[in-house]
Amino acid sequence: MPRSDGYTSFVNSGLGRRLASSLGLPQPVPLRRYSPGAPLVEGPVLVGGHDDTPAVGALRDGLAAAGAELVDTVPDGARLGGVVVDLTAARAPEDLESLRATLGPALKRLGRCARVVVVGRHPEAAATVAQRAARRALEGITRSVGKELRAGATANLVLVTEGSEAAALGTVTFLLSGRSAYVDGQVFRVGEGEAAAPADAERPLAGKVAVVTGAARGIGADIARTLHRDGATVVCVDVPAAGASLATVANGVGGTALQLDVTAADAGARILEHARTRHGGLDVVVHNAGITRDKLLANTDADRWDSVVRVNLLSILAMNETLLAKDGVREGGRVVLVSSIAGIAGNRGQANYAASKAGVIGLVDGYADDRALRRRGITVNAVAPGFIETEMTARIPLGTREVGRRLNSLAQGGLPVDVAEAIAFFAGDAQAAVSGNVVRVCGQSLLGA
Amino acid sequence: MPTTRRAAVLGGNRIPFARQFGPYAEASNQDMLTATLEGLVARHGLAGERVGEVVAGAVIKHSRDFNLTREAVLGSSLAPDTPAYDIQQACGTGLEATILVANKIALGQAESAIAGGVDSASDAPIVVPERLRRKLLRLSRAKTPADRARAAITLRPTDLGIQVPAATEPRTGMSMGQHMAITAARWGVTREAQDELALASHQHLAAAYERGFFDDLVTPYLGLTRDQNLRPDTTLEKLGSLRTAFGSGPDATMTAGNSTPLSDGASAVLLGSQEWAAAHGLTPLAWFVDGETAAVDHLGGEEGLLMAPAYAVPRMLARQGLTLQDFDLYEIHEAFAATVLSTLAAWESPEFCRERLGLEAPLGSIDRSRLNVNGSSLAAGHPFAATGGRIVASLAKQLHEKGSGARGLISICAAGGQGVVAILEAA
Repeated sequence: MPRSDGYTSFVNSGLGRRLASSLGLPQPVPLRRYSPGAPLVEGPVLVGGHDDTPAVGALRDGLAAAGAELVDTVPDGARLGGVVVDLTAARAPEDLESLRATLGPALKRLGRCARVVVVGRHPEAAATVAQRAARRALEGITRSVGKELRAGATANLVLVTEGSEAAALGTVTFLLSGRSAYVDGQVFRVGEGEAAAPADAERPLAGKVAVVTGAARGIGADIARTLHRDGATVVCVDVPAAGASLATVANGVGGTALQLDVTAADAGARILEHARTRHGGLDVVVHNAGITRDKLLANTDADRWDSVVRVNLLSILAMNETLLAKDGVREGGRVVLVSSIAGIAGNRGQANYAASKAGVIGLVDGYADDRALRRRGITVNAVAPGFIETEMTARIPLGTREVGRRLNSLAQGGLPVDVAEAIAFFAGDAQAAVSGNVVRVCGQSLLGA
Repeated sequence: MPTTRRAAVLGGNRIPFARQFGPYAEASNQDMLTATLEGLVARHGLAGERVGEVVAGAVIKHSRDFNLTREAVLGSSLAPDTPAYDIQQACGTGLEATILVANKIALGQAESAIAGGVDSASDAPIVVPERLRRKLLRLSRAKTPADRARAAITLRPTDLGIQVPAATEPRTGMSMGQHMAITAARWGVTREAQDELALASHQHLAAAYERGFFDDLVTPYLGLTRDQNLRPDTTLEKLGSLRTAFGSGPDATMTAGNSTPLSDGASAVLLGSQEWAAAHGLTPLAWFVDGETAAVDHLGGEEGLLMAPAYAVPRMLARQGLTLQDFDLYEIHEAFAATVLSTLAAWESPEFCRERLGLEAPLGSIDRSRLNVNGSSLAAGHPFAATGGRIVASLAKQLHEKGSGARGLISICAAGGQGVVAILEAA
């Protein structure tokens, strides 16, 4: 996996740090990433907010059980691992002062790769226009804080449903943890549901059967590895021509390799049959397979257009006909799609790709509205990777690549595992109330923000 | 002793076959066999699994590869406590390995097993002339400087030279193709019939790739995704324009187009008991029904070098109470197109069947539309020991698609006047 970012290494050396500081250059730090056994967060987590902070009340025990040391004031001399600010009780924009008062002073006391998690309520469910404004304001604040933070720290917003605050436990835990290293400036929407924590926090996907398309290399391979690390049995799918690396990935995760083209008419049926006969059923579907055929739209022929739309979008629709049918994925199933920042911001020379990846967002919206799926407890979410260090981005010319890497709040590219972590998060049982989200894994990229 | 039970063919894997000095020129037998096992393990979810035994072999083998299969197992994702051993029966190696492990499973001596084979015509051992070899051994035995000098002084520039192994029969000094040409002439096999068979092989193999038949039978290797020898667009005209390669004079019929090329590749087949298959979520594709080997005396010219299957099949049919026509599919290894055609002609010949096989009536002809329906060695190539595994896995899958009870016959000729044949039945 390409992890070489010479600049980040340099600015974290003595000379590099002085030079970058005096020249005002970006100062990325190595991000805190999850490894089994690592503490949830490094340092105490300050909790506070407006009024009686009902969300903090509902989450307190769960967070403590997950390993967070919760404090109500900043301990002397300590560096905070994170801050959870609860604005769910905000009624009007005046109440936002509570957020400033809690978070402002704490920002100076954050440790390296600390986490800011703002918790609010869905604006569309507000009782008054003033309340809606206050709720909507949280997004602007969170995004600004994300840009203000340094040293690998991130800020994200979690919107919770009244009475279901505890259902956000998995999301807040994820955001505090090293699993969310490259997730920054994002809004997570949590619906109605019960509190749920995995029986084994180290193996939240134990007993689950997951299929990952496009698993032979890059992000797909890391998705397979991450789902396996979290306890899932993984079916690795890729085109027959990629079979050699697919076999390596599948054997590495003790899963099975299934060589098939996702655009084949029977792709969904073959995946389901394989998962069922080999592993007893299917719980998690990660539609990761994707291709690029870049050209300016003016020069894009029908073939280039068609192949990208077919692989990246139509194949998902077709496979889901089977996978999401009544006898498809089991109850409580998880579907995670891979969109792209290009699908949000657009990208020159990628009209076909952006069409397919924006279309993926449409799929998420559509499936999330599907009552039948909701009744069966099936959630559908997407991640939208930003600049991720892969073989593909390693081929971008140096200048363009450097700009791409630095144009985000963390001033570095993400790793494939960062995308994989977000997908594994969505796949967890604890996220039963999380559906219809499109979360960017982009280090709060400036593109399409 | 336990009663016998049925052994199932559960799946297979091979790497695409390459032509000699092609993409696998630098790959060793161990490299190719390991990669093939890795693909098989991935397809069937066997990482970390202890398989009953792995049996494979190579026809052209380096002396360093004395434990080829075990070393390949150790380099694979199979559990390291999976035992393995090598066998070698020329081009019958892969099928013989299948018979061996199927019998062990049938006897309850193994629950699961992998049978395979590998060969490289590119990464071949180079042998020094016998005289030089003896002198070098003497030199290495010498203990004193004086002995060493005495031994060294016997070395002559004329001793130098290398021998690359060839597909030559040790006792006749003739190549396999030369042997085949004699048999082809004896049976009156025409050039046209051979070219038609070669064309069908290419067309069938290409069609099988197109319909995705090999998606769960082949794993790409070193950038090769399909058999390198496959010519989907070849025609009778193109095949007809090739110069003859074996035989002599105007009656020569065998060309590079209707003979298999020297090839590199490997294959492996997973077998198991019904219980083991169920416990691993694997579906039996076909049952291994029976196997038979035969040999002929090709030295005196009484019988053709590659005609032993013509003898093995009727013996096996008699034992099973079957006729040659009781099969839905036939896999007759295309060492040469003429091999297949001579064998079929022999079975149709009342004289041959009476005098050589001691049968009252000829075995008769087969429905040629059931022959090598997914192509065979003329199109795929023929890495000697790998051919058996290729055929067993493909036939088992094809039989499974036909439905329970469908029967398939495998016939493979081998150097030294030998032949290995087997019957599979769809599970």
